[in-house]
Amino acid sequence: MLLQEKETRVAVPPPRAGVLRTAVQIMGELLITAGVILLLFVAWQLWWTNVESDAKQSEAIKNFVQELGPLAPPSAAPSNPADYGPPVVSEPPSHGGTIGIMYVPRFGADYTRPIAQGTSTDVLDTLGLGHYKNTSMPGAVGNFAVAGHRQTHGAVLDNIHTLVPGDKIYVQTKDGYYVYVFRNNQVVLPTSTDVLLPVPAQPAATPTESFLTMTSCNPRFGAQERIIAYSVLERWQPASAGPPAEIARQVAKARGEG
Amino acid sequence: MYGWIFRHLPGPLWLRILTSLVLAAAAVVLMVQFLFPWLSQFTQFTDSTIGSVTQP
Repeated sequence: MLLQEKETRVAVPPPRAGVLRTAVQIMGELLITAGVILLLFVAWQLWWTNVESDAKQSEAIKNFVQELGPLAPPSAAPSNPADYGPPVVSEPPSHGGTIGIMYVPRFGADYTRPIAQGTSTDVLDTLGLGHYKNTSMPGAVGNFAVAGHRQTHGAVLDNIHTLVPGDKIYVQTKDGYYVYVFRNNQVVLPTSTDVLLPVPAQPAATPTESFLTMTSCNPRFGAQERIIAYSVLERWQPASAGPPAEIARQVAKARGEG
Repeated sequence: MYGWIFRHLPGPLWLRILTSLVLAAAAVVLMVQFLFPWLSQFTQFTDSTIGSVTQP
């Protein structure tokens, strides 16, 4: 008798208490759901976008090196680099097209990232480093400026603050290899477009050197500021001369031969 | 809410557990594919460009 009464109560709860309890229960479940979704969003942003972008960037590198054709053997030791005259400057590709590959040994022995044309989110969120369209191409007198994410979407410039003056940054295009030397970095406001000028931060100056300017967000996990890394072209060598000996292993690996 | 859904799923217990796992996975896939990319345009911490308002 008692057991039967209890079962009845569970199956059909008294209406008034039941409505309140159900409302509180649904509310609680919705709040827990919202919390789980927020955690999932953070995981997606900080982890999954990197997984996705790494795959897309590896593919972009693979396609780019396939178009380059066979690789010339590595050039002689860097102690005595040959002079190949003024650098060849390529025509910029269309939006999203691959300009080349950047190698930065300071960011890791195997740091190999594609440089794509454009700085809109569709480029930066998938293809890695994006070239500011209104700036020069690699090797040209003026400023070759690229942007890259610091934390998400491949985190291509996560270690931008670890560069030490004198560090080499290698840009490989279809025409050759451009060796830049890191000079200094700077933290600016997101509105400081003068870092993209032909001579960074000097509106009236006429450029005589080739700069490489990299921009990323600052601080890490924030975007209140931008961190800028300035480098200057030291030398270049045509594709026929082969990759500089220092990055020969990385270049071969990017081609799937390493 | 979830209890109500679980009680109204068809089939024996193991099938209902399986169905709820599939439903939860489907919800995660939908969020990752559509909700999160849309939501990320409102978050500020991924912008790495200079003068992004005027940049193409």
